[in-house]
Amino acid sequence: MTMIRTSSAEPSSAGPGASPAIEVADLVKDFKAGRAVDGVTFTVERGSITGLLGGNGAGKTTTIAMIMGLVLPSSGRVRVLGYQMPEQSAEVLGRINFESPYVDMPMRLTVRQNLTVFGKLYSVPDLKARIAELADDLDIAGFLDRPNGKLSAGQKTRVALAKALINRPELLLLDEPTASLDPDTADWVRQRLLDYRRRHGATILLASHNMLEVERLCDRVIIMKRGRIEDDDTPAAIMARYNRNTLEEVFIDVARGRAQEAAS
Amino acid sequence: MSNVVRVHGLSAQRIGAMILRYWYLLISSWPRLLELVYWPALQVITWGFLQLYIVQNAGFFAQAGGILIGAVILWDILFRGQLGFSISFLEEMWARNMGNLMMSPLKPIEFLIALMLMSLIRLAIGVVPMLVLATYAFDFNLFSMGLPLVAFFCNLIFTGWSLGIFVSGLVLRNGLGAESIVWSVMFGLMPLACVYYPVSVLPQWLQWIAWMLPPTYVFEGMRALLIEHVVRPELMITAAAINLALFAGSFAAFIWLLNSARRNGSLLQAGE
Repeated sequence: MTMIRTSSAEPSSAGPGASPAIEVADLVKDFKAGRAVDGVTFTVERGSITGLLGGNGAGKTTTIAMIMGLVLPSSGRVRVLGYQMPEQSAEVLGRINFESPYVDMPMRLTVRQNLTVFGKLYSVPDLKARIAELADDLDIAGFLDRPNGKLSAGQKTRVALAKALINRPELLLLDEPTASLDPDTADWVRQRLLDYRRRHGATILLASHNMLEVERLCDRVIIMKRGRIEDDDTPAAIMARYNRNTLEEVFIDVARGRAQEAAS
Repeated sequence: MSNVVRVHGLSAQRIGAMILRYWYLLISSWPRLLELVYWPALQVITWGFLQLYIVQNAGFFAQAGGILIGAVILWDILFRGQLGFSISFLEEMWARNMGNLMMSPLKPIEFLIALMLMSLIRLAIGVVPMLVLATYAFDFNLFSMGLPLVAFFCNLIFTGWSLGIFVSGLVLRNGLGAESIVWSVMFGLMPLACVYYPVSVLPQWLQWIAWMLPPTYVFEGMRALLIEHVVRPELMITAAAINLALFAGSFAAFIWLLNSARRNGSLLQAGE
């Protein structure tokens, strides 16, 4: 049995309307320090939640950054919502959004000011109503007029999520969305993400170290190691294949190089 | 992989959003506002008193009233024009907000236009008190230069923006380790731009370099106006032509550095 089971190797040439949310083909990224992503190919169907798993340095963040157009691939292709990235990014950027621990929102601006600025950048219609709606959904109304720098970690995460949802994105890219949150707040954030997917039919791709989070949220899991895809399936199928009860046990098997024996 | 240049379809709303972002920041921080006024005021006071002193002791300066203080104000327009642009850019790096902007529909050209407009706002906040001080404390009215002042201003601000665009690209590419260039680049220009003395003072080989810089033409034009009471439009036209090339070159360099930052992943690691 092969360990690398990725879906559709080549991006489709169909029009944007019929295409998957994300198509990645033979993606490679070389930095001076070495190869960060090594020939990754996968597709993410619209309306799904896909988890990108892997240890530190596995290539998750670089892969997501290439999908977003923040990092240019050394070779390979990325299509988002049917458009070639980064060449056609102008067609896409208003329809996607992201949250990452690698970026912050301006600290001195209040939450309302930040959301106003980003709402205008994304040309959100009826912005005041949208901010009020998000304030309600994400329980941030109580500190809308407080500077972002004076919020707790949990509050900042909710505000970052509000920014990520301001334009009602069709595709949401999340890098460690619940990192540094207490279990209660993390659970609350996960519930909001599930609600958002259910209400808007959005696609979510998230990178995480939190295996419980991935088990709870994701329809599908892509496990990366040293820039390559080690496995790609539903959480249940992967756990069954590795003969493990949790994704955490699978993760440890993969990280410690026991994947081959465990799966066989 | 081809480069990423998104130029078509500029959005006034997105440019306005960025100006709003910097305006919110400015009005939320009194030290930032004070800093805008403090240095220009200090400059004009120091040079104003020096001018008063030498006017009383040297016939040449008595005839060429305002030459020092005029140079100080024009220099500050150049300096603050670049700094106003670059500081707004640095605010994004300090706030680790660049990734959010680069992932948004904001186009690089819109970002640069917003930074240019913001530099005008910052310049106005700093220079208006400076002009009031020069007029009432040292009896020098910059607007007495008349129409040539518009040409001086446009040439200086475009040089400031060109340098601002270029050094911002360097910071984007190399991280905040390159921040010191933002603060020091204009001082490297100062001796060659002949702010306080004529180009003829320089050795011949340095004069060649000096005449490659648009501000040199402006300061020569200002001296011609204040000392000889002569308007020299040919200087302003040459400065504008060099500025055009400088501006186009800086914009091309910024796009190249932005793509280079995308290639080496520095947009994700906006630290040192």
